[in-house]
Amino acid sequence: MEKELKYVDMEEQPISMHPKKFAMWLFMVTVVMIFAALTSAYIVRQAEGNWLDYELPEIFWFTTGLVVISSVCLHWAYLSAKKDNLAQLRIGMAAAVVFGIAFLVGQWYSWVALVDREVFFVGNPAGSFLYVFTGLHAAHLISGVIFLIIVLISTFRYKVHSQSMNTMEMATSYWHFLGGLWIYLFMFLLLNH
Amino acid sequence: MATASVATHDSAHDHHDHEHHDNFVTKYIFSTDHKMIGKQYLVTGIFWAIIGGFLSILFRLQLGFPDMDMEFLRPILGGWITEEGQLDQTFYLALVTMHGTIMVFFVLTAGLSGTFSNFLIPLQIGARDMASGFMNMLSYWLFFISGVIMFISLFLKTGPAGGGWVVYPPLSALEQAIPGSGLGMTLWLVAMTFFIASSLLGGINYITTIINLRTKGMSFSRLPLTIWAFFLTAVIGLLSFPVLFSAALLLVFDRSFGTSFYLSDIYISGEALPNTGGSPVLYQHLFWFLGHPEVYIVLLPALGITSEVIATNSRKPIFGYKAMIISMLGITILSFIVWAHHMFVSGMNPFLGSIFMFLTLIIAIPSAVKVFNYLTTLWRGNLIFTPGMLFSIGLVSFFISGGLTGIFLGNSAIDIQLHDTYFVVAHFHLVMGSASFFGMLAGVYHWFPKMFGRMMDARLGYVHFWITFVGVYMVFFPMHYIGIAGFPRRYYSWTNFEFSNMYTDLNMFVSAAAIVTFAAQGIFLFNFFYSMYRGRKATQNPWRSTTLEWTAPIHPGHGNWPGEIPSVYRWPYDYSKPGAEEDFIPQTVPLSATPESNLPHEQEQVKLEIEIMKEEEAVLASNESEH
Repeated sequence: MEKELKYVDMEEQPISMHPKKFAMWLFMVTVVMIFAALTSAYIVRQAEGNWLDYELPEIFWFTTGLVVISSVCLHWAYLSAKKDNLAQLRIGMAAAVVFGIAFLVGQWYSWVALVDREVFFVGNPAGSFLYVFTGLHAAHLISGVIFLIIVLISTFRYKVHSQSMNTMEMATSYWHFLGGLWIYLFMFLLLNH
Repeated sequence: MATASVATHDSAHDHHDHEHHDNFVTKYIFSTDHKMIGKQYLVTGIFWAIIGGFLSILFRLQLGFPDMDMEFLRPILGGWITEEGQLDQTFYLALVTMHGTIMVFFVLTAGLSGTFSNFLIPLQIGARDMASGFMNMLSYWLFFISGVIMFISLFLKTGPAGGGWVVYPPLSALEQAIPGSGLGMTLWLVAMTFFIASSLLGGINYITTIINLRTKGMSFSRLPLTIWAFFLTAVIGLLSFPVLFSAALLLVFDRSFGTSFYLSDIYISGEALPNTGGSPVLYQHLFWFLGHPEVYIVLLPALGITSEVIATNSRKPIFGYKAMIISMLGITILSFIVWAHHMFVSGMNPFLGSIFMFLTLIIAIPSAVKVFNYLTTLWRGNLIFTPGMLFSIGLVSFFISGGLTGIFLGNSAIDIQLHDTYFVVAHFHLVMGSASFFGMLAGVYHWFPKMFGRMMDARLGYVHFWITFVGVYMVFFPMHYIGIAGFPRRYYSWTNFEFSNMYTDLNMFVSAAAIVTFAAQGIFLFNFFYSMYRGRKATQNPWRSTTLEWTAPIHPGHGNWPGEIPSVYRWPYDYSKPGAEEDFIPQTVPLSATPESNLPHEQEQVKLEIEIMKEEEAVLASNESEH
């Protein structure tokens, strides 16, 4: 037994990263699990038949574009912050927030489009699932927008710069994550609807 | 201990400098100190254990003595006692539902994991506090709110949720089904949402703390098994509770918004409901994807505590430290791919059943490894029978006797006969309920000196142990026979069935034993609260243990160690090392200080160690010159 216990990392501090950042990654894991559960529930339910077929709203293509642009803006802001270019940082972040809100508005119109083709929240689960996916994703995206606005305000207080990047990094990775989550959901729906 | 050392963490500021500013509210109520939060969880858990236990006594009275006049319970139960002096039938369903919910979630998840993860993680890994004290506080208070809502639901006119703790739709989804599916069920869902948020906040904190805030030298291969257990428990919770959230969310939509995720083709008094296209089995899949890992969320911390207590009180290194970790990892992974064994008779594809049966039976392997390692640790040890040790051995006993029946139940064919009978009830109450409960009690007896600076009375502990241990077997062993005889669980009474007559005595016996066992917990309660104020004062390391928490002061302040955090130089199980002066060497003792007991490969590490200590001394000296 003793023989197996060889330590070579004697002198090193154990691996560690910023605890808050790490905690946020864990939070993203829980969000992944929520959507993994819902999308697998979708597949299981779909396999049982009695499934309403309908066209996905075309506006999803448009909103997907918005969320990608928003992420690009934010990343530009992030790179600017690293270079201490505060003006660009603010423009980039503000643009990310605007495109984020535009995405949310677009998602709302996707619901309008669904109602137009008589797919309601109450009815066949095929439609209900779509409302749950988009609604729950939007709820998370709202939290992301709030986070971005908080960071945007702190940029005006000169709290984000190349020496103080923690919250900016957290906001950026959360936002990219939410964008990626939407792309996953959209791809999933394209393949499985 | 023997060396001064430096270990600083960026997030762990020196809280202990300003602890005297604490007022009553920040110290005892909205505390961000992990030790106080752990105690809050413990006391709340004890409160819920009393409620949950009391509910079980109520329905045991009904099951053991179906013709009894329960008029004397009217002062407590009021309208739930019918005019004939009988227990109300729908309230019986609510009782079993709430007993299950309370015990599984509030006592054995929050009470066990919440208490010991919070209390022990920073102390045993050498951290000032949790990664985020605020999140930790929030986690407790969300749990508290959840508890308040659940408690209120007990007093509703229509009764609390009554669809079983698994709340399967359509029973739980339709208000018309039973009175408990009305407001009671709504409050159940709200309470569980808070509970899930609380568990996730707690779990995120535990994982972050263990990975990021370990002291110098505390590599993963030197973590006490308690920490490994809490870590894996938190990982399981993090991956499974969101799924319960999804399941509950869809249930909320079905209940309150009229969607049909789980509902289809239902007729109520001849009239069809509008819902079509739903699938109740879908709920079962989602629920048990949490539900089965939940079993290990409940069990793993208890197993971790047992590893620590058994090693300490056998004065021997834990047998197979690595094997213990690997088997816990195995259990963690397997816990996610066996859920459908709860659904063998739900109309699932039988081929799928065979796969889940195969995966389920594999769990026997890591479980057996753990049992084997406990027994071999005990084998020829210098056993010290503290109450904590007795409860740990009790856990091993329940884990074996309850685990064996798991092998029966994991078979999809035998399950057709045994499903939803008292055999299942006996199985999980032994292997998960009683075993985890014993782990929790072992932990309380063992770490009480660290929590309150006083010892619990050992003699009362022995009385408590023996009555509880024998009592648990008296309650649950006969249930196996009752279950094989075909008694279904959750039935209000069986007096209409001819076959049940010959088991009337056995049911009476079970109920009597349950009452005695429940009453015996009063001994513990007295011991716990009395010792908190009047117990014998504890020494710094009463069990002569090796782990870090015993190097902290008897009453650790906010920040745990007054000076620098101690560094760690060895694994936590150096008990009775050949050649050593004492029969234990704390983790803080460098190898260079114990040349008499070092093994050849450790002797080589000494050289490395000396270099580090030189470095540290240089840092210390420079620190001092700065001040």
